[in-house]
Amino acid sequence: MSLIYFEEKCTACGQCLDVCPFGVLSLEGDTLIIGEGCTLCGACVEACEFGALEVPEGAGEKVRPEIPPDGVWVFAEQRHGRLAPVGAELLGEARRLAADLRAPVAAVLLGHGVAGLAPELIAQGADTVYVVDHPRLAEFVEESYAVALAALAKEYQPEIILAGATYLGRAFIPRVATLLGTGLTADCTAFAIDADRRLLLQTRPAFGGNIMATIVTPYTFPQMATVRPRVMKAMAPDAGRSGQVIEARVEALEAAGRTHFVQTLSELTETAPLGEAEVIVAGGRGLKDGKHFALLQELAEALGGVVGATRGAVDAGWIPYSQQIGQTGKTVAPKLYIACGISGAAQHLVGIQSSDFIVAINTDPQAPIFEVADVGIVGDLFEVVPALIREIKSGR
Amino acid sequence: MNIIVCIKQVPETQEVRLDPVTHTLKREGVKSIINPFDLYALEEGLRVREARGGRVTVLTMGPPQAESALREALTYGADQAVLLSDKAFAGADTWATSLTLARGIAKLGGADLVFCGKQAIDGDTAQVGPEVATFLDIPYVSWARRLEFAADGLLRVERLLDHGYDLLEVDLPALITVVKEINEPRVPSFKAKLKAKSAPIPVYGAADLDLDPATVGLTGSYTQVVKVFPPPARGQRERLSGTPEEMAARLWQRMQAAVQR
Amino acid sequence: MDYLLTDEQRMLVELAQQIAEERIKPVRAELDEHEIFPTEIMQDLAQADLFGVIIPEEYGGLGLGTLENCLVLEALATACVGVATTYAASFLGAYPLLLFGSEAQKQKYLPILARGEQLSAFALTESQAGSDASAIQTVAVRDGDHYVLNGTKQWITNAGEAGIYTLVAMTDRSKGARGASAFLVEVGDPGVSFGKKEQKMGIRASTTREIILQDVRLPADRLISKEGMGFIIAMKTLDHSRPGVGALAVGLAQGALTEAVTFARQRHQFGSPIISFQAIQHMLADMATAVEAGRALVYSVARYIDSHPKDFGRQSAMSKLFATDMAMKVTTDAVQILGGHGYMREYPVEKMMRDAKILQIFEGTNQILRNVIGLALNKEFGKKAK
Repeated sequence: MSLIYFEEKCTACGQCLDVCPFGVLSLEGDTLIIGEGCTLCGACVEACEFGALEVPEGAGEKVRPEIPPDGVWVFAEQRHGRLAPVGAELLGEARRLAADLRAPVAAVLLGHGVAGLAPELIAQGADTVYVVDHPRLAEFVEESYAVALAALAKEYQPEIILAGATYLGRAFIPRVATLLGTGLTADCTAFAIDADRRLLLQTRPAFGGNIMATIVTPYTFPQMATVRPRVMKAMAPDAGRSGQVIEARVEALEAAGRTHFVQTLSELTETAPLGEAEVIVAGGRGLKDGKHFALLQELAEALGGVVGATRGAVDAGWIPYSQQIGQTGKTVAPKLYIACGISGAAQHLVGIQSSDFIVAINTDPQAPIFEVADVGIVGDLFEVVPALIREIKSGR
Repeated sequence: MNIIVCIKQVPETQEVRLDPVTHTLKREGVKSIINPFDLYALEEGLRVREARGGRVTVLTMGPPQAESALREALTYGADQAVLLSDKAFAGADTWATSLTLARGIAKLGGADLVFCGKQAIDGDTAQVGPEVATFLDIPYVSWARRLEFAADGLLRVERLLDHGYDLLEVDLPALITVVKEINEPRVPSFKAKLKAKSAPIPVYGAADLDLDPATVGLTGSYTQVVKVFPPPARGQRERLSGTPEEMAARLWQRMQAAVQR
Repeated sequence: MDYLLTDEQRMLVELAQQIAEERIKPVRAELDEHEIFPTEIMQDLAQADLFGVIIPEEYGGLGLGTLENCLVLEALATACVGVATTYAASFLGAYPLLLFGSEAQKQKYLPILARGEQLSAFALTESQAGSDASAIQTVAVRDGDHYVLNGTKQWITNAGEAGIYTLVAMTDRSKGARGASAFLVEVGDPGVSFGKKEQKMGIRASTTREIILQDVRLPADRLISKEGMGFIIAMKTLDHSRPGVGALAVGLAQGALTEAVTFARQRHQFGSPIISFQAIQHMLADMATAVEAGRALVYSVARYIDSHPKDFGRQSAMSKLFATDMAMKVTTDAVQILGGHGYMREYPVEKMMRDAKILQIFEGTNQILRNVIGLALNKEFGKKAK
């Protein structure tokens, strides 16, 4: 399959050349040459104002099966009897999608001894809660969770399945999709329903967030997606809602399995790896005392992030060197970087310049950090940070 | 041990930036690199070979230019490299990619261990590893940070999850996706660089893999991209003012918009 | 500029540059600050096969020459001369073996060095014998099948880290310049100990220590070549290694130049980047020209040595002399261009200036080298006149 080029519409402006992430486009005189590396990503199609490029439709006759009856499913992630917040976020979104589809919403609860969580899920928007209770589901293992969800889906036929794009969700959902013979879109940040085609429009970032793509699963069911946590909005829990609980049995779980949980080695109460963090709350000398890192820790937890520090804070003994960010510490590239009481010495800026979004809070309006911050607050972090924490916790 | 490492050639996405005025991707001078996580996967494969003997084969599905990524992988000490390439493979989503890679692995006679990096920095899906394992009907463990072979032949894997680290045991053959904590990739060796320069790299197309072209590439994909557009504009640089509460509210608004990209 | 390297040479440079960029640059400030020996980087260089550059293939090396050695040293020095010196000094220690070792000695030691399994060091200098090498006091007394060594070597690079030492001791003082011999000493030989790590102005990642020899009994097969060959071996070793020091200087100067140009383009004063001022442009122009000149001399001398001429002491000395004096000036100018920033340890150029100084001193002070060159000129012209 290759990119479709309408030479007669092409003005050889070269816009598409600049935009191709793979560098496979070139101009020979006034004609576009499409090189071997084209992956049909469509970035050039978007960039061409003359409509001279098109991504081909998949060839062959594809018939979409009948719409399955069971509506929108949400995988209700839990661990040791505690529901992960993303489940409620997805139920909130599922209700909105289900309204457009006029379909029901169900939550899927996998675990051992967790049926007691069902009422909470109903209050968060589920019409049905499917519970699979089995010792093999007590701890998370890709194999058993995938077998269980796939078996349920085959039995009860959802139209859509959503799961949180947590480490857990992203570990097993791909296996479910493959077992069900359907497409899967990862890390979605927005959904909509194409009413004409009754398709779930799944929007997600790609190229490290440098472009957005909207994706559909047009010929198979269920349409599956993992969803970025902390983006969708949970509905306010309504204890008055009613729903049913279906306790399902998955025969395949009786077999031994080829992957076994042994033990949990450590809980991430200790500071998480800085290099992997998507949200970093960092502190510098402006904190005035090491004990104030506790405030930053609170903000970090509210955002699902980790705490970092400048060399100044590390040198002062307030926080270990492992959390130092900067030329001689770590270089980080989080989605969100919040600099509290950091002036922004050049070496620190070197360490954070690849952050997607930088927030700076400092009492000194001349602080160099404001030159790179997307949002700057000249103020007292001891007032702003608590206010921000309250804002976040107040239910968005 | 027969070890296969799946790699992907990707554009260096840190360098793929948005033009702030036109909001289009600027890719001038962006070079193609081996997906960084795959280097960790390759290193782990090499370490297993060093500990237990065997050979490491590097495999990729891509256009002909992906050969340069395979050659680079050879400079780190992989024993051989294989390219799965065919016009029919173009435009593949993770389903079609994984199907093709799984066929490639089968064509190579299977493996005791397949290593993948946790995700590719262009697609960012982290789906291919698990899907390949499912097509091969072998178990897999994701986000591995440490491997250890137990006396009974089982593989013990320490892996990252949201709450911390768990220890699992898995039967072989298995597929493992790795996170950066697992090791420190070695530097290339000069002798390997010399060998890599002229190493033969077989290329398998759809026919070689017994793949019906309709089941791979864009045609075989179950997901389709219907639109590509720039992310919400990064937005103006803003200096906030007001009470701490007012500033916090506006800040939270901006932060949430940012996290959506 | 294209230096017309072969593909193989380009690959070598690429590899060394990758290591410099990915492994050395990120840690150079910390290694310098805390005087940390670069163990992991030495392992990386071993993994990369780079300890085998000048060791013949039959001993597990790459069988390449002086130019290739210089190319690698230059690339590594661009990141950190302390690290590059640690690596270079291992070749300094290997040269006596390469040039004068017996087959048995080569078989025993060269493969280990080529694999980077162990480092080597060259031990000539003593407290009373620097430029005046003939004044060494360390003695080696023949005792049946053995030699017994006593004495103290001073300021030896890699002492205490290396496993293999090529060491020069007096075997017959009455013979003067022909009274010294070269020996292979191993770190495990009883009686060998090391002094404390010296605290230096620069190349602080490189470890420098005394070597103390107390009744060290070496089997006679540890003698390299014959008794009396000691200073000849030392001189020939230095002739071979001096262009390498020149290469370190070129790499160092290039690194400093890059920092200076980058800074001058970003630093704004009086409403313009400082690179728009002629004063800065002229400094940079002189620096850049000097670096190219140094590089050209080092490369051409290295190529000449690889053509296996009989004598190349003068040329070798010139390549070291010019490049190291040049590097001292270029790094000093780089600090000047960075101004106050250049003086701060947070920026890399003050380290480069501190690192440059030793290059003018070791492996033959630049004053001694001027002697060498002057005397050589006299001799060469004398031959011509006949």
